[in-house]
Amino acid sequence: MYLKPIHANIRPVTNPKPGATKQAVLRNFSIIAHIDHGKSTLADRMLQLTGVVEARQMREQYLDRMDIERERGITIKSQAVRLPWVGRDGVDYVLNMIDTPGHVDFTYEVSRSLAACEGAVLLVDAAQGIEAQTLANLYLALANDMQIIPVLNKIDLPSAQPEKYAQEIAKIIGCDPADVLRVSAKTGEGVADLLHSIVELVPAPKGDPDAPARALIFDSVYDIYRGVVTYVRVVDGAIKSRERILMMSTHEAHELLEVGVISPEPTVAEGLVAGEVGYLITGVKDVRQSKVGDTVTLLNKPATHSLGGYQEPKPMVFSGLYPMDGSDYPALRDALDRLKLNDAALGYEPETSAALGFGFRCGFLGLLHLEIVRERLSREFNLDLISTAPNVIYRVQMDDGSELIVTNPSEYPNGKVGLVFEPMVRATVISPSEFIGAIMELCQSRRGNLLGMDYLSEDRVEMRYELPLAEIAFDFFDSLKSRTRGYASLDYEFTTEKSADLVKVDILLHGEPVDAFSAIVHKDKAYAYGVQMASKLRELIPRQQFEVPIQAAIGARIIARETIRAIRKDVLAKCYGGDITRKRKLLEKQKEGKKRMKMVGRVEVPQEAFIAALATSNGDAKTAKN
Amino acid sequence: MVFTLRVPKQPDGVKPPLTGELPATALQSLASKTFGLYLHVPFCAKRCGYCDFNTYTATELGGFSQSDWSAQITTELQLAKKVLGGFPTIQTIFIGGGTPSLLPAADFEKVFRNISNHFAADIEITIEANPDSVTKSSLAQYLDIGINRISFGMQSSASKVLQLLDRTHNPSAVSSAVLTAAEVGFRDISLDLIYGTPGELDQDWLDSLTTATALPINHISAYALIVEAGTKFANQVNRGEIPMPDDDIAAARYLQAEEFLNQRNFHWYEISNWGVAGAACRHNQLYWDSANWWGAGAGAHSHIGGLRWWNERHPATWAQLLTAGHSPAAGQELLSTAQQFDEQVMLGIRQRKGLPVSLLPAATDLAELQAAGWIEPSALAQGQLVLTTAGRLMADRVTAEILR
Ligand SMILES: Nc1nc2c(ncn2[C@@H]2O[C@H](COP(=O)(O)OP(=O)(O)OP(=O)(O)O)[C@@H](O)[C@H]2O)c(=O)[nH]1
Ligand SMILES: C[S@@+](CC[C@H](N)C(=O)[O-])C[C@H]1O[C@@H](n2cnc3c(N)ncnc32)[C@H](O)[C@@H]1O
Ligand code: SF4
Ligand SMILES: [Mg+2]
Repeated sequence: MYLKPIHANIRPVTNPKPGATKQAVLRNFSIIAHIDHGKSTLADRMLQLTGVVEARQMREQYLDRMDIERERGITIKSQAVRLPWVGRDGVDYVLNMIDTPGHVDFTYEVSRSLAACEGAVLLVDAAQGIEAQTLANLYLALANDMQIIPVLNKIDLPSAQPEKYAQEIAKIIGCDPADVLRVSAKTGEGVADLLHSIVELVPAPKGDPDAPARALIFDSVYDIYRGVVTYVRVVDGAIKSRERILMMSTHEAHELLEVGVISPEPTVAEGLVAGEVGYLITGVKDVRQSKVGDTVTLLNKPATHSLGGYQEPKPMVFSGLYPMDGSDYPALRDALDRLKLNDAALGYEPETSAALGFGFRCGFLGLLHLEIVRERLSREFNLDLISTAPNVIYRVQMDDGSELIVTNPSEYPNGKVGLVFEPMVRATVISPSEFIGAIMELCQSRRGNLLGMDYLSEDRVEMRYELPLAEIAFDFFDSLKSRTRGYASLDYEFTTEKSADLVKVDILLHGEPVDAFSAIVHKDKAYAYGVQMASKLRELIPRQQFEVPIQAAIGARIIARETIRAIRKDVLAKCYGGDITRKRKLLEKQKEGKKRMKMVGRVEVPQEAFIAALATSNGDAKTAKN
Repeated sequence: MVFTLRVPKQPDGVKPPLTGELPATALQSLASKTFGLYLHVPFCAKRCGYCDFNTYTATELGGFSQSDWSAQITTELQLAKKVLGGFPTIQTIFIGGGTPSLLPAADFEKVFRNISNHFAADIEITIEANPDSVTKSSLAQYLDIGINRISFGMQSSASKVLQLLDRTHNPSAVSSAVLTAAEVGFRDISLDLIYGTPGELDQDWLDSLTTATALPINHISAYALIVEAGTKFANQVNRGEIPMPDDDIAAARYLQAEEFLNQRNFHWYEISNWGVAGAACRHNQLYWDSANWWGAGAGAHSHIGGLRWWNERHPATWAQLLTAGHSPAAGQELLSTAQQFDEQVMLGIRQRKGLPVSLLPAATDLAELQAAGWIEPSALAQGQLVLTTAGRLMADRVTAEILR
């Protein structure tokens, strides 16, 4: 393929230095899009065109630095980079670009990034058109009063339909289709024009350079070598290295050890002035002392009013994490503490399961977030874990007026339950219109309520549903994809909670409830859950010395039953001649297997059976790229 | 070299010395422990669908020829003699396979010639034979050169079962082979049976037992059919062409055999072995008592005083090493005290004589095993751990419980 040579457009000598940059030449923007529409690839081209990364250092999705990001090919954390750029008017400008994640679980990263910017590049795949997260992110940007620059990407693709999708975009944001820029992040075509347009369209910051300093913390990351690195957008005044800063919410003061910008590696600077984006290092070791959303000011000339903060991301999906080997419990606690340093959205509390031992009830933003945490625990901390089937959070009102928050189904009260509330979401599905029927059917089966429907273009439709989070957080996306031949996209946001007819289904092994298998489900789905779980367990649990009934029950009422027959034979009756070694190794394996058994009453259940039974039926967040 | 691998993998072990020399600790045991020889004959006319033994058909031998067998075995036995510092008295010899009856008596005679001066006066020499690979004269010659025990692979008396097992013989071949063996003078005749083949009915199994015990034999080995990975049979099961053998049926068949055989004075002395009084196979007991034996031949396993080793599996590789003057061993393990104890429990429990309770750690809790009805209360009262019939069906579980 022919790649247009990319010429760096910079005059490094004349480009303004951090700490000495006038607001008039600053342009702060985020790149926002649906997942996989090419944000990080576009960022690559910008890094190259502005000359901050040389061709030989370049690698694809340069800013996706975490192993997990590179392996999965998705962005999880936003990255802010300072770029020099000479405008069409010959002026030296400074661009601050933030590449954001597209997955719904990490929407909070997008909103933080937007708060540091005046403009947003809304990127749309020219072969896909507007998708669910395109809309979600667009609305976020509009809510922040940002200048939107609509851009069609991947115009190099033979399947690109720029005309059609420019129309779609124009209709949604109310511009002229001709105003929609066209680029190929792959070949670099149109990217220089885009940078010029950013200079021309995104407003310069309008802070007060002479006022007392105020900087908004939009990210705070723990680094083992440097302690906490705090990313800020300076709004007013200036912050210089060696000054003492004050965190406005905690009133804690810290010495500034280092100030700098990312370009795209950390570069030490003298300071940061109004309008600039950069990082601060104070030597604190705990990100909680440098909280995202807090305002930084100067100790000896403090501001009076803090900047508006953020809403803390709330965990929506819960799962119990248990070490396979009970003695790993302290290691699991330490590992969670460490991850928490960089992941404010991760919540955890110790809990005990009769079946699984000591572990933690953890809260996540969604299934992908859960997957990533679990993967990091296993990869970076070498922990072998069992995780319980994920569930949402419930509020239970008892008949006596007392109230209970349930994040673990086994804690659901058995007594006199009045109303149960579950979280609801507003879901947006975008799909070719031929699948409307199939989508409606699916949403109805998930207790959905159609809120509205709009045509994006002749043959593409946006459908809005109210749905219980529990119905869509786990396997909904897979069902949606399979019913729409992969064409539909999904986004959802938490709205409110609503009461519903929910019951707890317990699973009993030989009369003993197995807490790890309890589930809160809608009354109409209890039977199906009970039958499915009982038959799954019958396959998974090896035969015991006695007959083991498996029952599914709502309270005292049995709704499904299976039986594991007693074992009659456990012996290898075959001639092995003199190969005693083989026989002994089999025995050693059997002994090893015994160690990996968990006792449920008198029943021995292999850990593998727990893992298999608790695996989300068909939803795996690896494929849940919504 | 290209050959299809349906033979079992050898265990993981460490590389043995090329000289084949043994540690002093192992050699010390020679003075006190019974000693036997195992000679492996890795040839079969055709491989049975269920079998994963270390055996090869003519086309799979890759440069090795059946006629080389006796010379190479003799070479290995010379190595044995050197390594052991001279043979101890040989109490038993077991010629197993594969199908040893594919070789003429003359081949065994050549092998015996160099070692017969070490034979015990009452030596037991067993040969395994396929029912359709013997003749009156071959049997007479085996007996003539000193082989005094013969074990035929009968498997079943039901044609449909033999067919499913992919055997070459038909039911009538068994009686004629056994009757001929008896006629030429064999006193100790054993039959191998397989039970639990899918499609086999209770009645078929009863017929097999009836047919077997009606013949002039004094020993029966009965094995539950095992689906060994990689065999033709396993592939058929995986493809759903044959159902997986059912454990409950196998258990029922075992109980059937136990009852039937007891009535005919065959009594168990090991989980899969029954004999009339005095007919137990002494060679096999040597394995279960962790005595000493040298296994010669491709893939054969040996044990001398806590050292286990095994030969290269393929006959050509095995022969190459011998020809080069090296030990044909492929791997070995020196058993730790703990491993020796585990084996003692594992093997002891499978035998009628059982295991002295005094051998087990004081903390061993046998109450639950007794409550389950798996150990004989009367023997336990005498300080001996012996499995009940139900317990024998759970022997692996019992072993794991005791060693937990
Ligand atoms: N043909 C073509 N492919 C592109 C272009 N831009 C990006 N891609 C490909 O699209 C895929 C996704 O690109 P990314 O840059 O990782 O997308 P993203 O929007 O950052 O994805 P998330 O961060 O996970 O939301 C990759 O395989 C890119 O190579 C383009 O202009 N043309
Ligand atoms: C080493 S074989 C050799 C005997 C001889 N070649 C024959 O098959 O007639 C000894 C016995 O092991 C038994 N055997 C072999 N494979 C088996 C399997 N997969 N399951 C159960 N028994 C098996 C058969 O009963 C066989 O007779
Ligand atoms: S004849 Fe015996 S050793 Fe040969 S393949 Fe059949 S069962 Fe195995
Ligand atoms: Mg990305």
